[in-house]
Amino acid sequence: MQNMKKKEVEIPAKMFKIVGRKEETLEEIKRSHLTGWQDGWLRLKQNKAAMISLFVLLMIVILSIIGPHVNTYTYQQTNYDAVYLEPNSDHWLGTDKFGRDQWTRLWEGTRISLYIAVLAALLDILIGITYGAISAFKGGKVDHMMQRIIEILVGIPNLIIIILLIMMMKPGITTIIIAMVITGWVNMARLVRGQIFKLKNAEYILAARALGADGRRIIIGHMLPNTLGIIIINMMFTIPSAIFTEAFLSFIGLGLQEPLASLGVLINDGFQAMRNHFYLLAFPSIVIVSLMVCFNLLADGLRDAFDPKMRN
Amino acid sequence: MNTLLTIKNLHIHFETHVGKVQAVRGVDLSVKKGETLAIVGESGSGKSVTAKSIIGLLPKRNAMIDKGEIWFENKNLLTLNNKQMKKIRGAKIAMIFQDPMTALNPTMKVGKQVMESAIKHLNLSKKEARNKAVELLNLVGISNPETRLNQYPHEFSGGMRQRIVIAMALSCNPKLLIADEPTTALDVTIQAQILDLLKHIQKETGTAIIFITHDLGVVSNIADSVAVMYAGKIIEKGTVEEVLLKPNHPYSWGLLKSMPNLDTKGKLYSIPGSPPDMIQPLKGDAFAPRNEFALAIDYDMQPPMFKVSETHYAATWLLHPQAPKVDFIRETQDVLMKQDDKISSIDNNVLLEVKGLSKYFYLKSKQTLKAVDNIHLEIRRGETLGLVGESGCGKSTVGRTIIGLHEPTSGEIIYDNTKLTRHNQRQLTKKMQMIFQDPYSSLDPKMKVEDIIAEGLDIHHVVKDKKERKQRVEELLKTVGLQPHSASRYPHEFSGGQRQRIGIARALAIEPEFIVADEPISALDVSIQAQVINLLLKLQKENNLTLLFIAHDLSMVKYISDRIGVMYLGTIVELANSDELYKNPLHPYTQALLSAIPNANPIVEKSRERIILKGTLPSPVYPPSGCRFRTRCLLATDACEKTPEWREVETDHWVACHYA
Repeated sequence: MQNMKKKEVEIPAKMFKIVGRKEETLEEIKRSHLTGWQDGWLRLKQNKAAMISLFVLLMIVILSIIGPHVNTYTYQQTNYDAVYLEPNSDHWLGTDKFGRDQWTRLWEGTRISLYIAVLAALLDILIGITYGAISAFKGGKVDHMMQRIIEILVGIPNLIIIILLIMMMKPGITTIIIAMVITGWVNMARLVRGQIFKLKNAEYILAARALGADGRRIIIGHMLPNTLGIIIINMMFTIPSAIFTEAFLSFIGLGLQEPLASLGVLINDGFQAMRNHFYLLAFPSIVIVSLMVCFNLLADGLRDAFDPKMRN
Repeated sequence: MNTLLTIKNLHIHFETHVGKVQAVRGVDLSVKKGETLAIVGESGSGKSVTAKSIIGLLPKRNAMIDKGEIWFENKNLLTLNNKQMKKIRGAKIAMIFQDPMTALNPTMKVGKQVMESAIKHLNLSKKEARNKAVELLNLVGISNPETRLNQYPHEFSGGMRQRIVIAMALSCNPKLLIADEPTTALDVTIQAQILDLLKHIQKETGTAIIFITHDLGVVSNIADSVAVMYAGKIIEKGTVEEVLLKPNHPYSWGLLKSMPNLDTKGKLYSIPGSPPDMIQPLKGDAFAPRNEFALAIDYDMQPPMFKVSETHYAATWLLHPQAPKVDFIRETQDVLMKQDDKISSIDNNVLLEVKGLSKYFYLKSKQTLKAVDNIHLEIRRGETLGLVGESGCGKSTVGRTIIGLHEPTSGEIIYDNTKLTRHNQRQLTKKMQMIFQDPYSSLDPKMKVEDIIAEGLDIHHVVKDKKERKQRVEELLKTVGLQPHSASRYPHEFSGGQRQRIGIARALAIEPEFIVADEPISALDVSIQAQVINLLLKLQKENNLTLLFIAHDLSMVKYISDRIGVMYLGTIVELANSDELYKNPLHPYTQALLSAIPNANPIVEKSRERIILKGTLPSPVYPPSGCRFRTRCLLATDACEKTPEWREVETDHWVACHYA
């Protein structure tokens, strides 16, 4: 209170004039202009694990593109004078049983694995969104029918479908993608359906309907942009599992065939020569593990940053 | 009386990814034994944060207590560790939360939930705890406690659950009860019951209550003393009479002024602007930019607490001896009287007619929910028709069916002599628009404000090119009092009141004749409500709009409406001119609703007799036969088993009751 009194004396009288409101600043928004994406990026940047993962993933992607071209070998070029070489200055990661350069094969294989995974995930999304959106938007009997179809699809074991498919078609990149998409889109369809059901009663959808908007405008203009975040997050979780599925199929011999390389093919090769030539197994394994871990960590980070439910 | 709890110079901030939020900036408070202290403030003013810091429930991850002390029974609660705090939490200080629907564990019998803390803190045996629970349920007015103990929360209605939450809080005879907006989620008639219950409990047990609310009517009903918070500081505190009858801070005074009572006429006083963004550092008095009597010094220096009387303090430079004397009441009375010129442009042409409208929802469980059952309404061109009722009475369904969001199960809606059908609906959407309740969910978060407002223009191809579209949007933003250049921002950057005005601009964009406003102010803070109401009235006058105003806040409805319909469980029970309805309510439900409105004048509030309805709203799946109100009605007799006729008792005064 003592302090207070001292201060009071110092205040000049003109400070006590009524100046009123600051009308011009009343409705001003002082926060800096942030879009939803920018806001999410700010949150993501604070997540160290996600940022490191992002960096590692970028490195792997870049290496998988330029890696096969930095030395003179190609992935299918054999050299029977140089089989099972340990890593050295000429063959950085050594050579395999046919003397093929392991560095070139590793990055070629990573690229193909990523290509398959990303393409499969994209197709999943495309089919899943369409199916889920229609199912939820139509509702009623249509929804009922469409959901029963999904349940039947889920009921058939994956592996049976894949084996049947490979019996009919040549094993290769296309076959493996088709095999993965046939059952893979179901999860995305269910997710999108759930989201759209929730959005159907959101007040901004009602407002759009009250303005006379038609179904197309509501789905494309309002519902999809608002589920996009969750779709992308889910895709980031789908990619690593697709990578793993591809590797698994190739490993058990249902996937890609030599001389094509993929992470699964390489691990299968390495596994057979594991006792004497461990490096053949080690490098592809490191790549697949870092891919899986990094994709999952990044997806986790994205979910924390973009999913409103995870915020406090 | 001696002091039970003292808070000294409390500062709390939150770490968020965009920066520090100064939630509480120096709070000094004390609570005496057995008194009720109300902390009043708008959302974001720091009232809940203050309360949670007492009981140690702040989120540990990002809330930081910078400085301050909280003294309770000679202990500084902020220095206690978790284990010591657990002994106090629940046992000596208990808390009641806002939403009774989420405060109870749905998988546990209520008896066990009530007994749990008694067993833990008081070391009672199971049998003793059970007896205690029975006693507590009796105390909170739940009949048949022995059997009710074995029921699960979903078997109770909202008001009943709140009683159970209160019983849980009381189970260890706490010295202090913190109630965080305990009636906000409840209907007025249930609110009246709960307030009565809290007062009764206080009389019986002598516990002190900290009551957090934003509703000044509730404050005047229950509180002994009041602390008003704004932007993380207490700006005025004193006894309830002092603060509500002789407020000294321009903010508390503005708040009181912007709540209409049943006699308010003319323009409503409103505090312009929005509360400050607490991420920005605040200089001087946080309220200054919204204060029409702001002094030059307000923009420079924070005002200290000035003493008005032994118990009454306020933090405003206006109380400084050198400051000019301002007579709040007179200054604005003049302004408001000048603008008292609401010319009614109502002609007696009926714009919209609703005949025998019913809307049933068929539930998955093969039951039929009769949300709206055979109602008749006429809305005249240029008038405002208010529709009031408790939640679940079907008032929103009426609005949505009229606008075409639901298809009526039976009955007709005739707009301007055209019967509404599925085919002409699209043309009529250009004439009818809607304003929604929740400003947070009614705007698409992924769209720019510009696109939100222009959506109707795009759908109906009203504008020729981008330039015209932009110009139109900017005009609309100006009309609703927002800055035109904020068109490129996203909704989440705006405050609640600003968002609601964007929603209004969206509805206005296609120049409708008729607007359904579905609880447009119930999600807004008191100081913002008046802004939105004034805006609606201004727009109505300028554009000759017809309004259907749906709300549960009776004093606001009375203020804005020309005629009012009262709904109960899917039917309209009374319809009359608003003055007539308030002066001469005929239906017993209308009488009870009117009597449940708390009055912001504590002397009036504490002395008046109130009709407190028994029980809660029956389920609309199994409505009572005959008169639907008869299960709660004080006048009900056997005659009420027949459905009462909808009849005109006096000119323009319709009622459905055998005894009116």
